[in-house]
Amino acid sequence: MINGSIINIEGLNLHIGNKHILKDINVKIPEKKLTVILGPSGCGKTTLLKSLNRLTDLYPEVKTQGKIFNGGIDILNPKIEITELRKKMGLLAQSPYPLPMSIYDNITYGLRISGRRKKRYLSKRVEYYLRQVSLWEEVKDRLKDPASALSIGQQQRLCLARGLSVDPDIILADEPTSALDPVSSREIEELFLKLKQRYTIVMVTHILRQARRVADYVIFMYLGEIVEHGTAEQIFENPQNQITKAYIKGTYS
Amino acid sequence: MKRKFNLNRKFFKKLEELIFRVLMIISTTIIIVALLAIIISILIKGVPSLSWEMITQTPKGGYYFGKEGGILNAIIGSLYLSGGATFLALVVSLPLALYMNIHKMKEKLVVNIIRLFLDILWGIPSIVYGAFGFALMVFLGLRTSLLAGILTVTLFIIPIMVRSMDEVLKTVPRGLIEASFSLGSTRSETSFRVILRQCIPGLITAILLAFGRAIGDAAAVLFTAGYTDYIPTSLSQPTATLPLSVFFQLGSPIPEVQNRAYASAVVLTVIVLIISISSRAFSMKYQKNRIK
Repeated sequence: MINGSIINIEGLNLHIGNKHILKDINVKIPEKKLTVILGPSGCGKTTLLKSLNRLTDLYPEVKTQGKIFNGGIDILNPKIEITELRKKMGLLAQSPYPLPMSIYDNITYGLRISGRRKKRYLSKRVEYYLRQVSLWEEVKDRLKDPASALSIGQQQRLCLARGLSVDPDIILADEPTSALDPVSSREIEELFLKLKQRYTIVMVTHILRQARRVADYVIFMYLGEIVEHGTAEQIFENPQNQITKAYIKGTYS
Repeated sequence: MKRKFNLNRKFFKKLEELIFRVLMIISTTIIIVALLAIIISILIKGVPSLSWEMITQTPKGGYYFGKEGGILNAIIGSLYLSGGATFLALVVSLPLALYMNIHKMKEKLVVNIIRLFLDILWGIPSIVYGAFGFALMVFLGLRTSLLAGILTVTLFIIPIMVRSMDEVLKTVPRGLIEASFSLGSTRSETSFRVILRQCIPGLITAILLAFGRAIGDAAAVLFTAGYTDYIPTSLSQPTATLPLSVFFQLGSPIPEVQNRAYASAVVLTVIVLIISISSRAFSMKYQKNRIK
């Protein structure tokens, strides 16, 4: 059912100070599928996600052991060019953080730092990516306006477009709808369903219903460990582990 | 019994509120009255002596005895000195503040040690910087000059500028930094293209604070920049400054000259005001892009 994997996590352990946050994580993330990391708050979902593009580098006292392979390269190897690696993974955070510049510049930022400067090319790309996230019609007349003037839902879609602009293989989404209203949340989910044809999406959520709606593959975490992982069908219809069962049935919350 | 106790508590709560409200009103009043008193007294004493001649001419012979001339030497000197010092301090402070907050964001200990040192430096009185600058000049065989003044004032305002910028940069949302990094930006790109844009209004305030200290300080320049009746034409010449100009004129026994001291103080205040307002207008341009 699941063919190739794009990320292989092998024996990942992560400590913050004395706390053991991620415990012996071994999992493969399938390519061009939507993988949901599911679990109650504080179980290490976000930390696992941030390990994938090494944003954990920015936090003090974080120690990681183990390996995360992407295309034969160990992401955790401190010698690799981390900026190149991060370009292959777009991030969508819990609440939208557009860059402090215009809508237009938000999309061109990633292209500019990669050395693309031709005006015509940039304008075309802006339209293309804004269309990808169905934002073009809403903002085409005010591309020079500050991104902060958009609604939260629009900002989140702008952030998605910005993430796509550096042409990633993978989209990392950390509870991307938690700050949004139901309509905007729905829009993000629909975009994800559309985008998973071409991108691998890894989404963290603690909302069971959302996971049911979008997931192809599910990783269920509890207290820093992966309790169970498998296709959405397996996990939702026939969970093996007691904790997973309880969570899926809603007796655990 | 119980009811009485409750009543008492209610009364004390009200009393507490009242006491603190009165305290607040008193302290606010003191601040406002003091500020107004300073400005009004300067204006009353200074404005009558203020003239076009005063701000467009250098002191002529006998100026300090009440004859004609102006304080253009001090105005230009102060602008040169504080402008130069603010620029040099900016060149050092901005990279340091960014380094502390972006490059070293993981190493809290190192950053906190730097902060401690800067806070100590901030606390050192400016006359000590003046004495240090003077000692350094003697050691290097320099004479009082614009350059020595600029360097001393630069040293004096660097801690102020770095720490104010540091406080501004601390408020950058972590999510914004992560967003920039996850687009594949390097630390410099994050610093200069994202964080700087986000923080420009706050950074301008930090620069202004430092500029205000630079232009208003007399002690640091007393021995290092010297004083002269001429406008300096090179960095190696001594220069007059407005605070010292106020100081010398106020020390005169002649009432007319004393009033000119107040007029000089008005000029000093107006310069600070103009720079403060115009840079705020400039930073408004960036305010709208800020991410909250």
